[in-house]
Amino acid sequence: MAVTTVEGFPTRAQFRPRLGFRKVTGAVFTGLGLVAICIGLGLLVWLLIDTFVTGLPWLDWQFLTSFDSRFPDRAGAKAAIYGTAYMMFFTLILALPIGVMSAIYLEEYAQEGKLKSFIQINISNLAAVPSIIYGLLGLQVFVRWMSLERSVLAGSLTMALLILPIIVVATQEALRAVPPSIRDASYAVGATRWETIRHHLLPYAFPGILTGNILAASRAIGESAPLITIGALTYVPFTPNSPLDRFTVLPIQIFNWVSRPQAEFQGVAAAGIIVLLVVLLLMNSVAIFLRQKLQRRF
Amino acid sequence: MLRKSWGGKFALLFGALLALIALVAVACGGDDDDEKGGETPASGGQATQAGGGQATKPAPTSTPEKVKEPANKAELAKLKGEIIIDGSSTVYPVTAAAAEEFRKYAKDVRISVGISGTGGGFKKFCNGETDIQDASRPILPTEVEACKAKGIEYIELPVAYDGLSVVVSPKNTWAQCLTVAELKKIWEPDAQGKITNWKQVRDSFPDRPLKLYGAGADSGTFDYFTEAIMGKAKSSRGDYQASEDDNILVQGVSGDENSLGYFGYAYYIENPGKLKLVAIDEKGDGNCVLPSEETIRGGKYQPLSRPIFIYVRKEAADRPEVQAFVKFYLSKSFTPIIPTKEVGYIPLTDELYAAITKRFEEKKLGTLFPKGSEVGATLDRYLK
Repeated sequence: MAVTTVEGFPTRAQFRPRLGFRKVTGAVFTGLGLVAICIGLGLLVWLLIDTFVTGLPWLDWQFLTSFDSRFPDRAGAKAAIYGTAYMMFFTLILALPIGVMSAIYLEEYAQEGKLKSFIQINISNLAAVPSIIYGLLGLQVFVRWMSLERSVLAGSLTMALLILPIIVVATQEALRAVPPSIRDASYAVGATRWETIRHHLLPYAFPGILTGNILAASRAIGESAPLITIGALTYVPFTPNSPLDRFTVLPIQIFNWVSRPQAEFQGVAAAGIIVLLVVLLLMNSVAIFLRQKLQRRF
Repeated sequence: MLRKSWGGKFALLFGALLALIALVAVACGGDDDDEKGGETPASGGQATQAGGGQATKPAPTSTPEKVKEPANKAELAKLKGEIIIDGSSTVYPVTAAAAEEFRKYAKDVRISVGISGTGGGFKKFCNGETDIQDASRPILPTEVEACKAKGIEYIELPVAYDGLSVVVSPKNTWAQCLTVAELKKIWEPDAQGKITNWKQVRDSFPDRPLKLYGAGADSGTFDYFTEAIMGKAKSSRGDYQASEDDNILVQGVSGDENSLGYFGYAYYIENPGKLKLVAIDEKGDGNCVLPSEETIRGGKYQPLSRPIFIYVRKEAADRPEVQAFVKFYLSKSFTPIIPTKEVGYIPLTDELYAAITKRFEEKKLGTLFPKGSEVGATLDRYLK
C-alpha cells in the first residue's frame, strides 16, 4: 500500500542491490589506499637507502669526534652534535615549564570567554607560523635587542618560541582527554583545584603531555631555517663552553657540507643525516615507550 | 593508590631528565680530548676516497712552495680568545682553511667563520658584530658610510685571487679567443635550446654541435661566472652538463672535441695536457688575454678574475690572537695552501703579501678602492 511508502523512496520492487558494483568500488578504494601508502613508504625507503649507501662509508668514530675540515676524510660533526645537544637542552628547559603551565592555566583556570578564545585562536595560529618568521623575530629580539649575539642561548630562545605553541596545544589535548569523572570524584572528596590537578589530572595526562613535548622537540632538532636567520651557519671548530658561546647544529652543518663543491662532501653530509636520523628516531622511540609504559585505560 | 603510582612516574620522569642532563654533561666534559681530528689524517675506512688528505701536495704553481711552520709556535700555543669572522661564501674556503691550519698551532683560539654573503657580512661588520669580514669585492661607498656612521674603522687586506678559466678540448682548432659578448650569447638563459652549434657563436666557426660543461648551480663558481658574463648572478641556461665536482667537468671537456666548459683556474693547472685554454676578449676589441698567474695577478684577465679581501676591525686588530691569526693568514705558513685543490685560489705575489702584512702591522685604515668594485683593478696600489 502506498501509505507505508515514503514519497520518492524506491519501493522494494525498485531496489537494486548492485552488490557487484559496490564490492568493486570497495576493492578499488582499497587499491588506491594501498598505492598511496606505497608511494609514501617507497619514497621514504628509497631516500633512506640512498642516504645510508652514500653516508655509511663516512660514518665512523673519527666522524663523530672531529671538527669540520676542508678534507672530507677528516671532517666531522663533533661541533654540530655538541651544539645540537646544548641547544635542545636549553630549549626544553625554557619551553617545557612555560608551555605546560600555560596549558594547565588555559584548560583548568581560565574563564570561558572572549579573552580565552582569543588567546586560544592565537596559539593555534602560532603553531602554523613558518619557522623562518621565528628566526627573524629571534634575530631582532634576542640577537640584537638583548645582545645575546649568535649564541646557544639566542638559538634556544628562538627554538623555544617555535615549539611553545605545539607544546601548549599538545598539553591541552592531553588534559582534555582526562575523563571529567576523575575531576568530579576528586572535588567530591573535598580536594582543592590544585590538589586535583597535582594528584589526578597531571598523572593521567602525563603520557600525552610527554609525547607532545618529545614530538615538539623532534621538530626543533631538525629545524635549520630560524638558526640560519640568526646566523648560526658557521665553521665552528670548538664546542660551546657556556650558553653564550657560538655554535652550529646538525642541520646547518649538513647544509654546509651539501653546498661544498667537492663530491666527497656529499657522503660526509649523508653521514651527518644518518646521525640526525638516529637521534630523531631515539627521541621518538622514547616517546612511544613512555606512552606505552605509562598509559592508563579508562 | 593514585598518589603512590604518581610517585613511580615522577621517578621515571626524573630519570629521563637526569639522562638528558647527563648527556649534556658528557658533552661538556670531553672538551680537549680529541684534538687529533684537526691534525692527523683519518686512519681507516676511506681508502677509496683518499683524494682528501693532501695538505702538503705541491701547489700547482710554476715554483712549488713548501708550507713553513710559523716561527713563533711557542707564542701561538699560549694565545687564548675568540675571533668572529663572517661574510662572503667565496672567501669562506680560504678563511676556513686558514682557521683550520691556525688551530693546529693555537688550540685555544676559537675561530668561527660564517657565511652571510659579502653584503650581509658588511652589515654585521659595520655594526661591530664581527671581528673580520670576508669580502669577494672591495667595500662599497655605501658600506663605507654605514661603517663610518657606527664609528667602525677597518684595515683592508687582499688575500688571494679568484680566477675562472674557459676551456675547450685540445682537438678544438677554431676557438682561440672568445669575447665576453660571445660567452654571454652562449650561456644566457635565452640561449637555452637555441644556441647549439659553434657556427651560431661566430660565423667563421665550423658547423659542429656545441657541447657545454659548467659549474652546478650550488657552487660559487657558478655565481661568479654568471655575474661576470651575464651581469646577474645565477642567470644561466640550464641545458648543459653541470657538476659541482670540477674534476668531472675536466674529464667531460677533455673527452669531447665539440665541448666548451668553465671552472676554477686551479683545476686547469692540474690538468694542462687534457685541456686548451680560451683567451678572453673583454671589450670585443681584439685584445685577447689568456689566464695565467701573471695575467690574473696583474688584473689583465678580466672579467673572470678578481682579488678577494678580508677586512679587520681596528679594535679587534689590537687583540693579540687576531694579530697572530691575520699574520699567519698572510704568511708562508698558510699562503702555499691557497692554491691546493681543497681551497683552489691563486695566491698573491710574495712582494704583495709582504707589503700587505706591513700594512696590517702599521694599521693603515680605510680602503684603497674608493669607488668599490673596479674592473681591471690591480693590487699595485698596496705596494706604495
